[in-house]
Amino acid sequence: MSVNYMTFIIGGEAGQGVESSGAGFAKALARGGLHVFGLPDYRSRIRGGHNFFQIRVNTRPLYSHGGPAHLLLALTEEAVLRHREDIPAGGGVLYDPELAVDAGWLKAKGILACPVPLGKIVKSAAGTRAMVNTAALGAATGLTGYDFSKVAGVIEDNFRRKGQDVVDLNLKIAQAALDYVRTTFASSFDYRLEPVSGPPRMVVNGNQAFCLGALAAGCKFVAAYPMTPSTTIIEFMSARAAPYGLVTKHTEDEIAAICMAIGAGHAGVRAMASTSGGGFSLMVEALGLAGMTEIPVVIVEAQRPGPSTGLATRTEQGDLLFLLHASQGEFPRIVLAPGTVEQCYEAGIRAFNLAERYQTPAIVVSDEFLAGAIRSVEKEAFDLSAATIDRGQILSDAELDALPGPYRRYQFTGSGISPRALPGHPKAVYSATSDEHDEEGHITEEADIRARMVEKRMRKLEAARQEMGAPETYGSPEADITFLAWGSTYGPLREAVDVLNCGGRKANLVHLVDIWPFPGEKVMAALSRSKCIVDVESNYSGQMASLLRMHTGIEVNARILKYDGRAHSPDYILAHLPGEVK
Amino acid sequence: MSDVKDFFVSVRPTWCVGCGDYGIWNAVKMALAGLDLKPHQVMFVSGIGCGSKLPDYTRANGYLSIHGRPLPVATGIKLANHSLKVIAVHGDGDGYGIGGNHFMHAMRRNIDIVDILQNNQIYGLTKGQYSPTSDRGFITTTSPEGAIEVAVNPLALALAASATFVSRSFAGDPKHLADTIMKAINHRGYALVDALQPCVTFNRLNTYDWYRQRVYKVEDEPGYDPTDRMKAFAKALEWGERIPIGVIYQAEGKPTYEDQVPALRAGPLVKQPMVSPRFAEEFEALKDTFV
Repeated sequence: MSVNYMTFIIGGEAGQGVESSGAGFAKALARGGLHVFGLPDYRSRIRGGHNFFQIRVNTRPLYSHGGPAHLLLALTEEAVLRHREDIPAGGGVLYDPELAVDAGWLKAKGILACPVPLGKIVKSAAGTRAMVNTAALGAATGLTGYDFSKVAGVIEDNFRRKGQDVVDLNLKIAQAALDYVRTTFASSFDYRLEPVSGPPRMVVNGNQAFCLGALAAGCKFVAAYPMTPSTTIIEFMSARAAPYGLVTKHTEDEIAAICMAIGAGHAGVRAMASTSGGGFSLMVEALGLAGMTEIPVVIVEAQRPGPSTGLATRTEQGDLLFLLHASQGEFPRIVLAPGTVEQCYEAGIRAFNLAERYQTPAIVVSDEFLAGAIRSVEKEAFDLSAATIDRGQILSDAELDALPGPYRRYQFTGSGISPRALPGHPKAVYSATSDEHDEEGHITEEADIRARMVEKRMRKLEAARQEMGAPETYGSPEADITFLAWGSTYGPLREAVDVLNCGGRKANLVHLVDIWPFPGEKVMAALSRSKCIVDVESNYSGQMASLLRMHTGIEVNARILKYDGRAHSPDYILAHLPGEVK
Repeated sequence: MSDVKDFFVSVRPTWCVGCGDYGIWNAVKMALAGLDLKPHQVMFVSGIGCGSKLPDYTRANGYLSIHGRPLPVATGIKLANHSLKVIAVHGDGDGYGIGGNHFMHAMRRNIDIVDILQNNQIYGLTKGQYSPTSDRGFITTTSPEGAIEVAVNPLALALAASATFVSRSFAGDPKHLADTIMKAINHRGYALVDALQPCVTFNRLNTYDWYRQRVYKVEDEPGYDPTDRMKAFAKALEWGERIPIGVIYQAEGKPTYEDQVPALRAGPLVKQPMVSPRFAEEFEALKDTFV
């Protein structure tokens, strides 16, 4: 008997509510004090195909997906065929007996076959086809012995908008499925779930966490063109635009999105544009515009596998070097790559502060895995009191009134940062110019001014470099094996490090969030005692390893690279350890 | 009262002697002074091209952006601070060519900006290639056998895209142009001013004389009603021997984009507090929706 340690998979066609029911069940488990990690896996289609949602449950914090699936909720025959190999003996499969499922195969492997007449239960309650997943949730609750009131609470919250009748109907269906399963199978299933005491936890994905950070940072303007996996950012912000006083704009294309954000940033509000790699490709010229005219703007790039359309609904870290070098010419930029939902929240705040302090674009890079995977975290992780707003050097009306001479927007300064003045004040009249310009902003081709302007802008990069954070080192300080990572691979690697250290190995993880300007000295210090550096990335060429060598001269010892569109998992990493450290 | 001199800067234009841009530049300054606007109340946003240098030569807030993108930049500025009079100023290649997508969408969103298109039917700053408004058959360095495409009709496009103010004027008549720009600034909503201008260096066809022989003012036409969209369409389709200038179409009283954005009812976004006094409370409630 295993209590509060298991993994579910809900599998079915697009349109059957796999993701919403998975997320709902995860929330019900978190309300019972349990930790969850949920990974949606979906295809670029609206109906049909095979989608699934994996949910791990534990009494300890979870950071990754992976491992065997102890219970499969199969809404289609394909779900059984695709996942039955992942189920260990003692696990179970819940399915409607109307599906042609080979129960004999399951039984031969020691897997409990649980045919539950989900369709009939829905039909006899006069429910709609979409309510089959509600029945499946009720059945899973019954099979695992979990507290139905937690699941009922989530059903009530999710359907309240549709009226009490719909709530009641869903509750009735879930209860009927639960009753059926309890009387038929429950005593024969080995995996149990029960509420434990714990603080209330939020179940959040990376895009949501970033949005919370952006709201806390006082972001007022969001522009985007829909592109998976970034779309939920503009949707989240648009849904909250009226109550939070935001302007959100679904634009005609990504060029318009970044240009509108730049315009809003120039006018003085905190502004961002969200996109994925394809959209970012379109934004590149305007990125340089923001760099040249020294306008703060935040860009979120949730990566997906490229090139071109690639795998629209899947994950990759293939854009790192592109983000660092995108646009003609040289200018300072900030690049942050959060690895957890907590870091997404922090990056949401820091990106706006850094962009305004250094008057330059700040990019937050995530990927489909981080953007969409949900995790339970304490509410304190989204602490508002830690969210300080630093707008950098902006001249007040009084300071502008007191200016003795003309305002020089691009004044040469030691730090390279020239105090901004927001348009609208009589003394703040100037032109920002994408051409090279003098201190007042006028177009110039003078060699001397050009060189000094380049140096002024690039001094900001050096100043920013000083405040880039050191990589986080997780695990044994005296490790035989050091994983090097950035962004979303944090979670799977953290769990892999735990497994190795529990097994008597000495492993650690050096993880970068602050990527650019590259904090070379801090990275060298973090790796100074590493004996064997294994670079783990979701791309083909090991882009962080290249960056490391370029800026520190350090060569990694091995690479574990994955570019099949699926996220790294602890199992995958452990199975692919290089020969010298196996 | 403000004066055209309020908009002078010490920087001198780099335009060729006789360029139509001078007429547009003078008309813009006359219009601003005529409406008693001050340099800090106006925001010019331009793209790339000879005419897009206008903000650099004019004392006012300015943003010289990149090729084809002044409209979205201007839109972002307007949404962030709608107390500014935002005026996009750019050429036919910038606005009707590379920026054509933004042109269509700015019009249908009826954002309150003035869009002055310096239309010389050629690419000047890159030294003489045909533009979206070059007439069919026009011979240039990139169309040595004559341009194959039919010219863009900006006014008809604007009418089709639900623009609420559609006008055309001529750089050779700065007074008429200034008058048209004043009407455009006073219009609430998107306002197109298609400003015909000769390129004295690269366009030997569409010269001052060529335009002067053809343009006529719709204001002088008895009974012309610029509120009639169908009549405006007919007028917009006139091109060749006779070219109409003036306000071709105006629909007053239509809500602007920014009128309809809830967050902007409390005033310009940039003047609002970054976080509301009740934000901490609301943020906790928002967090609870994830629990």
